[in-house]
Parts: sequence; C-alpha cells; structure tokens
Amino acid sequence: MGSILVNGKTQEVELPISLIDLIKKNNVEQPEMVSIQVNGEFVDRNNFDSTQINANDEVDFLYFMGGGSRC
Amino acid sequence: MDFNEDQIQRYSRHILLQDVGVEGQEKISNGKVLIIGAGGLGAPVALYLAAAGVGTIGIIDGDVVDLSNLQRQVIHFTPDVNKSKVQSAKEKINLLNPDVNVITYYDLLTASNALEIIKDYDFIVDGTDNFPVKFLINDACVKAGKPFSHGGILRFDGQTITVLPGSACYRCVFHAPPPANAVPTCSQAGVLGAIAGMLGTIQAAEVLKYLTGVGDLLTNRLLTFNAKTMDFRTIKVKHNSKCQVCGDHPTITELIDYEQATCEIKSNH
Repeated sequence: MGSILVNGKTQEVELPISLIDLIKKNNVEQPEMVSIQVNGEFVDRNNFDSTQINANDEVDFLYFMGGGSRC
Repeated sequence: MDFNEDQIQRYSRHILLQDVGVEGQEKISNGKVLIIGAGGLGAPVALYLAAAGVGTIGIIDGDVVDLSNLQRQVIHFTPDVNKSKVQSAKEKINLLNPDVNVITYYDLLTASNALEIIKDYDFIVDGTDNFPVKFLINDACVKAGKPFSHGGILRFDGQTITVLPGSACYRCVFHAPPPANAVPTCSQAGVLGAIAGMLGTIQAAEVLKYLTGVGDLLTNRLLTFNAKTMDFRTIKVKHNSKCQVCGDHPTITELIDYEQATCEIKSNH
C-alpha cells in the first residue's frame, strides 16, 4: 500500500496502479467525461491504461461540465 | 467620462473601494462585454454586470424562456415564458440600470458568425450548456486574442477558468468535446439552481477584475466546487504546447461546428 493524492485528498492504494484502474477505483462512471492530470501534466486519453501511478503522485480528475443555456 | 450625481451615488460602493475608485468605475462604464447564453450562468452574470454599470452588454441566445428555466435563470420572470431570452434579459438589465447599452443577438453562435460577433467586445463570458459551443467560444477567442471566462455547472458541481491570450485555454485542459452521446447536460441530469448563481457571480467578478485590472485573474487555474461539501479547489493547469488551437503547431485553423448532442440520447441516464 502507498498513498497518493486524488483531487487533493490522500488515498491509500496498492501501488503501482494503472491510471485506468484508479479511474475504476474512484467510480468514475464515464472516463470519456474526464480529463486527467498526473503531477500537473495532462495524460493523453489513449494512455490511461499504460500510465502507472506511483507513491506520492498527485492525480486530478477534471470533469467536463456544461450547464448554462443552449446557445 | 464624467459621472453625474445619480451615477456617483449608484456606483458609490465601487468608488469607495480603494482598488476601484472613480477611475475603475470609468473602466467598467467603458467596458463592452459579450454574454453567450442568457440562461443559468448568463442570468447572474448579466444582472451583476448591469448593476456594476458595464457600458455595453451584448447577449446572444437563440432560445425562448421556458417554465423549467425559472428555477435558476433569475433574469427571467414568470410572465416572460415564451419570450425570447435576449429580449427578456434586455428588459431586466435596463430596468436595473438604464445606463447600460444592451445589444441582443437572437441567434445561435456558430463557426460562421462567432468571430464577427466577438470582435466588438473586450471580454466574452461563456454561459452555454454544451461542449460544441464551449469549444467554439474557446477557439474563436484564442484566434481573435479575446479574453474569456469559461463556466460549467452540473448537478451540484461547478467549474470556471479565465482564459487570456497566452494562458492555458479550455482546449489545453479538455482537448476536444466528449462523444456527443456521452454527455449529460443540465436538461438531462439536473442542476441545483443556486449553483448557477454561485458560478455565474464568480464569472461576473472575473469580468469586473479584468475591466478594472484589480487582483489576479483565474488564469492557469481551474476553480471547481461541489455544493454538497462546499469544498472549493483551484487546480493549476498549464498552457499545453501540444494544444490543437494555441500550441506550438496548431492543427485547428478554422472554427468548427461540432455535432450537437441530442437530448434523447442520454435522457435515461
């Protein structure tokens, strides 16, 4: 086990973990609706499964949000 | 610009602010701001900018007021149902502040009219609900060198970032619209009405900061909040050298009308 930061909060996970498994673990229902930064760098969507998350990494899930008015 | 006595009284709480003063209020009064979408976000933005005395407010929206809008789109009132949103918004703005010159566009923003419409404005506010237009606004503003505020809300969440020429743009962060059939919008997923006010007033504050030059704008930082926990976060984001519109080798040279999501597709989600 090791700790990482996910959206600013500490999570204890088995490390290393692939980004795609971290997405599943965090119950992200629609991975296509999230943009992900690891340690401040955006990860290409095609590399979600090949990206490994290590101890003390900072992961940010940034969700697509619409809202407002149809225009 | 010389303010008359009524205007000095009207704007006295701005003028009292050391960072704003008469000079800052003059900048606000000379400001020209375009609000894209007169809905949940555009409503509070328009009301606060009108109250602040922004000289020219442009509003573009191709919709009419629907009864289901009134839960959050606070610029529209019950008798406005079936009236065009831009006309309804214009009437309220001028009731609140007759000083404001309101320019309305009863239309949708498209790749063919976007650059022509935004060129007359100092700052653009994205108050739209869909990703094709959010990316269109981003790309048009980046190309035209116009600053803008992105805003998004969904359920109990909100996010916003301010984009200036050279700072991280919306496409740097989100790359491309999500698949049209994956997208929940407010009309399908719902939204707590007051969230629109929380996010819209942040966008309005960014506009006033930009016009007056006060403080640090929300550039290279995505602000997100969740109203269930009332946790606010700002996440640092960087200009992306591979960005398709503002990176080192931009591949997007023409504005794009992406396919719109249709309400039916995800309505059972």
